[in-house]
Amino acid sequence: MDVRSRNHVTVTGRTGAPAVMLAHGFGCDQNMWRLVVPELERDFTVVLFDHVGAGNSELTAWSRDRYASLDGYVDDVLELCRELDLGPITFVGHSVSAMMGVLAAARRPEAFAGLVLLAPSPCFVDDPATGYRGGFSAEDIDELLESLDANYLGWSGAMAPVIMGNPDRPELGEELTNSFCRTDPEIARVFARVTFLSDNRADLAAVTVPTLVAQCSHDAIAPPEVGAFVHAQIPGSRLVTLNATGHCPQLAAPEETAAAIAAFAGASG
Amino acid sequence: MCGTDDGAADDGGRGRGRDHGRGRDHGRGRSEDHQENQEARFSELLEDSAEDLYEHAPCGYLSTLLDGRIAKINTTLLDWLGYERDALVGRKRFSDLLTVGGRLYHETHFAPLLRMQGEINGIALELKTADGTRLPVMVTSTVKTGGDGQALLIRTTIFDARDRRAYENELLRARQEADRERDRLKVLNTTLQKTLLPPTLANVPGLDVAAHYHIASADEVGGDFYDLFPLAAGTWGMFLGDVCGKGAAAAAVTSLARYTLRAAAVYSPAPDAVLANLNTVLNHEYNGTDPRFCTVIFGLLTPDPDQGGFHITLASGGHPPAMVMRHDGTADSLPTPGGQLIGILPNANIATTTVHLAPGDTLLLHTDGLTEAHTAAGPDGRYSDEALLDLGRALAPTTATDAITAIRDLLDTLGNGVDDDTAVLAVHVPRTTSEEQQ
Repeated sequence: MDVRSRNHVTVTGRTGAPAVMLAHGFGCDQNMWRLVVPELERDFTVVLFDHVGAGNSELTAWSRDRYASLDGYVDDVLELCRELDLGPITFVGHSVSAMMGVLAAARRPEAFAGLVLLAPSPCFVDDPATGYRGGFSAEDIDELLESLDANYLGWSGAMAPVIMGNPDRPELGEELTNSFCRTDPEIARVFARVTFLSDNRADLAAVTVPTLVAQCSHDAIAPPEVGAFVHAQIPGSRLVTLNATGHCPQLAAPEETAAAIAAFAGASG
Repeated sequence: MCGTDDGAADDGGRGRGRDHGRGRDHGRGRSEDHQENQEARFSELLEDSAEDLYEHAPCGYLSTLLDGRIAKINTTLLDWLGYERDALVGRKRFSDLLTVGGRLYHETHFAPLLRMQGEINGIALELKTADGTRLPVMVTSTVKTGGDGQALLIRTTIFDARDRRAYENELLRARQEADRERDRLKVLNTTLQKTLLPPTLANVPGLDVAAHYHIASADEVGGDFYDLFPLAAGTWGMFLGDVCGKGAAAAAVTSLARYTLRAAAVYSPAPDAVLANLNTVLNHEYNGTDPRFCTVIFGLLTPDPDQGGFHITLASGGHPPAMVMRHDGTADSLPTPGGQLIGILPNANIATTTVHLAPGDTLLLHTDGLTEAHTAAGPDGRYSDEALLDLGRALAPTTATDAITAIRDLLDTLGNGVDDDTAVLAVHVPRTTSEEQQ
């Protein structure tokens, strides 16, 4: 299968410039990055893609077996790197995709110039045995699955989100209506489990490429101590706390987020 | 909706009310007077309404800053939640009011969508009240922007959805249950279908055989069937048929027809006798309130030592004609006019015909699921017997395997147009090396 169409790859920005790959997290698709892309495409080759099962990826490529753990997604990222052949890239992983970056860089460090872990969490569930606090209990995750189910009727039926004007990029309108944040409920359930029940704390120490941990100042999903944990576990990593609040700094504070990515990728790329 | 957060509520209602109160004109007609009276009464009712409507509306109003911090909240929502205003305004964020699972959903779906679209509609969430109980709600939010298009704050309306959620949970449970049942039914149907077909076709010396069964819908068992089996003294029996109807009742008839044909052929292998016996069995079995019948074509295959190949006698009870595709590139259908449906009359008329299948020839039996398939290209919007004959002429000379492959490709092309099950069975006499050289 053609991995570019499988993952609905978009390549934009300056040809020949250092490459930055932006990986969206659980819930939505590559449109999450649309506010930071204009900031980055002046100085970088920008690669956007949808995880299989999300957005405009090829849903036929999704299988419960392949995507029952982060490994299937990591395989995809490495296949994309090979296929695009842009040299060592700076991988920007938001939320769950941050851990995909960690695993991919541990497996093939030569493919990566650096990692930006945006609002990362290596483990969402608390682990009283080690005193680790991820912020959630297993019951909380079950509750999220219920929330997904509660909106299942709506998502699968009448609710096609109406897009307000996008005066800068009107072509986004139609695309967003059809895809943005709409996921097959079956796929969403499996991805939610992978996202919120994976434990990658032990994998952090294996990262050898330059790494920037960028966390938000008030993030209900990845609290500050989790960012500090990631920073402490990855040798030589840098930690920045963005002024952005919430879990999606690329939407809440796109300029600040893009600046942090650009400064890091410019230095390491 | 909750537009008073920025002081936008004017006292227009009040002002108009006073104007109307003074503006009486006794010279006008009764109905105009009546209308004025009514407007005045409405205005009095609406006195001081904007603030009161905001605070005591039958829904919750909430205004938050872009980072989620609560800037304004109405009394209705405070009452639902059991909080004092001071405990929330400036202190809590909207997501703090949600259950943890709801907060995750909010951060991963709700907030990004709201940022992207400027509004989000009818999302099911649960609020956590001060005493720890949960309140199911439907939430709609819009982003208020300033004159320069800059986002200023988020306005949210919240509806109590306790009754609705209970109803939706029932729907959801029913839907999940239905999904599971449908999956079970499909497995059951597919399994049942398989039991009605031979697991493999008999290996006939000097004959290449192939068959295909196309299931139009896994939701129902179809009624097509076929078989090829040994009879006494080097002869072979083959049949292919189509029980009218679908589902479990049709499957029962299919099963009965299959075993009756096998047994009848042993007892008296002449094809017209086999079908006459099947007719008697089905007619006796379903002579009551639930008549069941089928179309079927039965063939007796006898090797022809003189000319080579096989001599085939075909008997048909109302079934579409077989087609022969010859080694010389010609193809013909083998009509059996006058044959009647099996099982419907005490004495059905059975029509027979014979064909010599020479080396290089192929005989194809089919059910009408194929020729009745919907296609814009065919006459009356169906694929048609003529189209199948044309296909046979294009294929000849062919083999059993190649003919079945061509039919499978055709079924793929027809796609959803094939709304009935289709069975096809082909037998072919391979040419020997010396024949090919000639």
